[in-house]
Amino acid sequence: MKIDVGYVAELARLELTDEEKSVFQPQLENIVKYVEKISEVDVEGVEPMMHGRTLVNAFREDVVRPSLAVETALANAPKRVGDEFLLPKIVEGAES
Amino acid sequence: MELYELGIKAAQDGIAKGEFSSVELTQAIIDRYHAKNAEIGAYLTFDEDQALALARENPKSVPIAVKDLINVAGQPCTCASKILKGYVSPYDATVIKNMKAHGFIPAGRVNMDEFAMGSSTENSGLGVTRNPYDLGRVPGGSSGGSAAAVGGNLCIAALGTDTGGSIRQPASFCNCVGVKPSYGRVSRYGVTAFASSLDQVGPMTKSVEDAAILLGALAGHDEMDGTTPKDPVPDYASALEGASMKGVRLGVAKEYFDVKGLDPEVKRITEEAISKCEKAGAELVEVSLPHTEYAMAVYYIIAPAEASANLARFDGVRYGHRSAEAKDVFSLYTKSRAEGFGPEVKRRIIMGTYVLSSGYYDAYYGRAQKVRTLITRDFAEAFGKCDALLSPCAPTPAFKFKELQDPLTMYLNDLFTIPSALAGVCASSIPAGFSRDTKMPVGVQFICGAFEEAKLLKISKAFEELRGSLV
Repeated sequence: MKIDVGYVAELARLELTDEEKSVFQPQLENIVKYVEKISEVDVEGVEPMMHGRTLVNAFREDVVRPSLAVETALANAPKRVGDEFLLPKIVEGAES
Repeated sequence: MELYELGIKAAQDGIAKGEFSSVELTQAIIDRYHAKNAEIGAYLTFDEDQALALARENPKSVPIAVKDLINVAGQPCTCASKILKGYVSPYDATVIKNMKAHGFIPAGRVNMDEFAMGSSTENSGLGVTRNPYDLGRVPGGSSGGSAAAVGGNLCIAALGTDTGGSIRQPASFCNCVGVKPSYGRVSRYGVTAFASSLDQVGPMTKSVEDAAILLGALAGHDEMDGTTPKDPVPDYASALEGASMKGVRLGVAKEYFDVKGLDPEVKRITEEAISKCEKAGAELVEVSLPHTEYAMAVYYIIAPAEASANLARFDGVRYGHRSAEAKDVFSLYTKSRAEGFGPEVKRRIIMGTYVLSSGYYDAYYGRAQKVRTLITRDFAEAFGKCDALLSPCAPTPAFKFKELQDPLTMYLNDLFTIPSALAGVCASSIPAGFSRDTKMPVGVQFICGAFEEAKLLKISKAFEELRGSLV
C-alpha cells in the first residue's frame, strides 16, 4: 500500500520536512501492511464496538453551574487581547 | 526502614499511630527526590511548596506521584510534550478530586511517553527516565515515570494511565503492582485524551493491598464522564480478606504462550507462577482466545484514529505552543503542530488520519471495530469457564535504551496487554520474579471480566502471598 504521506499530513494539519516524510513513508507503509491483517477476519453480521462499555442515555440534571472564569480560561492563551484570544488574520480585509 | 520506602498502607498506619506526620512523609519524598531524581529522572517537575501546603491542610494524607497528563489545578500538565510546555492546569481532574477526598494528595509530576504514545518513555519530549533496577535500561511506558518512581522508592505510590498496556508493561519492568481498571470504572475527566474508547487511570503501587486502597479512592461514577456507570464501588481493600488460590479457576490461553518474541525467562517465570497457583489449589482451565492474533492490528487502527481526532485540539489557538512563523490560519495549525509534536505523535496522527480518510474508513476503522467485538466475545466466552486469566505481561524484561528502533517492533511490547484493553476488562501486573540473564524484574498479568476488580485484586493478592518476598 502506497501512502501519500504529504497529503495525509496536510489533512492532519501537520507540516512535515522532507526528511520526516522520507523517514515516515516506509515506517507507515510497514504499519499499514501489518494492520491489513484484519482483512482476513470474517466480520459478516458482526456489530461494530464503539467503546469499552456502551452506556445508553447518560443524562444528568440540566442545572446551571459555574464554569471556568474568563481569566482562568485565558490564562494559557498564546496571545490575547482583552477577553479574547488573539489570532493571525483569517478573513481577507479584516483587522487582525 | 526509611519513610520513602513505605507503601500506602504502612504510611497510613504510621500516620494514624502518630509515628510521623503527613508533612514529614511528604518532606521525606521531597528529600528523596533531591537525592535520586537526577539519576532516575522519574519526575519532570515537583512543586514542593504545593505538596507541603496540601500535606499541612490534610493532616492524614499520603502523597501520590501523578502522571503528567492528569490535570492538577495550578500545576503544569505537559503530557511530556513540547507543545504543552508552560501550560498550567485550570482545574483538578475528577481522579484528583476523588483522591483528595480519600486522604491522598498529588505530589510531583512524573514523566511519560509524549501523549502516552510509547512503551519505553523514550518518546518523552521533556526528559529521560531510567529503570531504577538498571540505569542503562528503559522503565517501560508510557507510564514509565510512575513505574520508575514506585520501583525506585521515589514515591509512596503513583497514578498511571493505560490505553494498550501503559500501566502494566512499565509495572512489569520496574517491579511494581499495576492495575488497569475496567473501561468506565474510573473517570477520564481532566485526563488528557489519547484514545477515548480505551484510556483508563489506575494505581501503580508497591503491593496489591496498596493498589486496592488507591483504586477505591479513584473509582466511581462521574457526571463529567458519560462512560462511567453508577455501579457502586466495592470496598476493594476489605475484599482482599481471606485471599486464596484454593478453588480459583485459572484460565491459561495458548495464544499467550505460543508467541514468537516471548523471552524464555519471561516464559519460565510465568509458567512457574502458574504451577505455584496450581499447587496452592487453583484449578487450571485451558481456554482459547482465537482472535488474539488480530488485537495488535485492531489497536493500531483504533488508537491512532482516536488520537488523531483528540489531538486536533492542539492548534495553537487557546493554549499550548504557537509558532512564531504563523502567518495565517493554515500555517498557524501546521507550523505550531510541526514544532510542538515529537516524531511518534506525528506518526500516529498521520496513521490515524489515513485510516479515517475518505475511501479507507470502512476497510480500516469500521472493520477494526467489528473485529474488536469478536475479541471482546472471546473474553466473555473464556470467563464463562474461568475466574481469571493468567498470562505473561510484557514479552521481555526491560530492554536497553535505543534497543528498539523500529516503531512496529516497539508496538509488539503490548502484545499481551492490548486484547484486554480492547475488551474493556480489568487486568493487573504483579511482580513474579527476576530474569536470570538480565537480572531484571518480570511481572505476570491477571485478567478478569469487566467491573470484577474486587475479584482481580483478591486473586492478585493470593498470588502475591504465594510468591513471597522477591528481595
